[in-house]
Amino acid sequence: MLIRWAAIGVVIAGIVGAFAYTGGWFSPHRLTPARFIDTFEAVNGPHPGFRRNHAKGVCVTGFFESSGNAARISKAVVFRPGRVRVIGRFALAGGNPYAPDASGIVRSMALLFKLPDGEQWRTGINNIPIFVVKTPEAFRDQLIAFQADPATGKPDPARVQAFFAKHPESARAIPLVMSRPVSSGFENSTYNSLDAFRFIDAAGNSIPVRWSMIPVQPFVAADAAQSASQGKNYLFDALIRRINQPSEQPLRWHLVITIGDPGDPINDATIAWPANREHVDAGVLTIDHVESEQTGACRDINYDPLVLPSGIAPSDDPLLSARSATYSQSFTRRAGETKEPSAVTPAEIRQ
Amino acid sequence: MHWTMAAMIIAMLFIGVAMVASLADYHSLVAIHRPLGIAILILVIIRYVNRKLNPPPEFIASMPPAERLAATISEKTMYAMMFAMPLIGWGMLSAARYPIVLFGPLHLPPILPHSPMLYAFLRKTHTIVAHLFFATIIAHFSAVLFHTLIVRDHLIDRMVPWKVRGGDFAGGPNT
Repeated sequence: MLIRWAAIGVVIAGIVGAFAYTGGWFSPHRLTPARFIDTFEAVNGPHPGFRRNHAKGVCVTGFFESSGNAARISKAVVFRPGRVRVIGRFALAGGNPYAPDASGIVRSMALLFKLPDGEQWRTGINNIPIFVVKTPEAFRDQLIAFQADPATGKPDPARVQAFFAKHPESARAIPLVMSRPVSSGFENSTYNSLDAFRFIDAAGNSIPVRWSMIPVQPFVAADAAQSASQGKNYLFDALIRRINQPSEQPLRWHLVITIGDPGDPINDATIAWPANREHVDAGVLTIDHVESEQTGACRDINYDPLVLPSGIAPSDDPLLSARSATYSQSFTRRAGETKEPSAVTPAEIRQ
Repeated sequence: MHWTMAAMIIAMLFIGVAMVASLADYHSLVAIHRPLGIAILILVIIRYVNRKLNPPPEFIASMPPAERLAATISEKTMYAMMFAMPLIGWGMLSAARYPIVLFGPLHLPPILPHSPMLYAFLRKTHTIVAHLFFATIIAHFSAVLFHTLIVRDHLIDRMVPWKVRGGDFAGGPNT
């Protein structure tokens, strides 16, 4: 009889144990989405209501006019000729929503393409040529290693060296990113997907791609001396002035798809593809309206890069699923928090 | 229906705790979690209608009142959670205005107004009810093992397609 009670105990304990193990309760050192966002919050301080990265931003809207050129490489409805609405956000990388603008900070463009029949395409792209880390664990290590030492105001050189030793691909990528030519503002920046995706064509073939938004607005180099004196929102202010200027054309970018060759790495965002790869101009993005996050639609959108229409699929880049998981965590936390005023307020838009 | 849904629900609970603790497998697990949840919702509607039309057998004479009450409450609770969990999931995605993808281009419409606060509340509720569901299943399974191995009243004969061996308990389901 005792044996039977023991057997029941063992079976039940086994099932409960399996559940706990699956949920990570026996793995306190595993990097989970929650622990990842905890790291952002530890490094940047608590800013309730705001995104835990790319915290400082402004909402924009416009439309995408698809030329139909990309329809042969993807069956996604967005690439058929025609126009779809876009809800977007320009932001600066970093978790402090009130950080002063600076030309060296990574700029992002986030877009939500509203497609027929409830489909959406969401993407978040940055003004750097390659990404600085290959894996989510490396991203977490980089956040910690490059955190400013309170005593010096700069990262601890020993920690930085240790990070580079552990992640040689970042040791190569970070100097390349830091020496890139930087444009004067959001409006004339080129934004790149960094991660590779797969387009699925009408025949079901999988085609490795990356994409970029190439500005129609001409490149003008950032002037570091000028920017220092221009106020803490000078990049956003310039963007707002440009969009609201009635005598100027709306801002436009070409969505250019780069097709990878069979040997090109599609799971490593730190490696650029050679410049001679085939490019397809899928159409033109027009941004014609800007609004503060406080009143705009973009604040309550999670620009999860794996919200994709049929015809676009993720690659096995480890950063993609990690982005989806961590963005969801950040969104869940901020969705339940009271909203504070953004750095770029509605009053600032009107000026 | 019982066994199919038990397998699906246990799979969903394990997939759920795994996906929120994972970076690499999050996307593929969520992609299974959504359509499997809706499949459970469809099946539980059919199952509930069937239960109303074909009531289950009476309690066996040997079950004391307290145990009957526990069994009734836990059954009602499980039905409630089988309905609530997929609806909370569908509702929370609606409140967040995520596209609710089942597979390929097949989408569900939103069933709640757009509200980040409502999303945050439902998201937490989904986790809490999932853990309650797991606890209830463990209690249910413990009771099944108790009746089968300790009391040996052949109560399990009602559910399993095979004959349970052994025991000469006189208070079985056909007495």
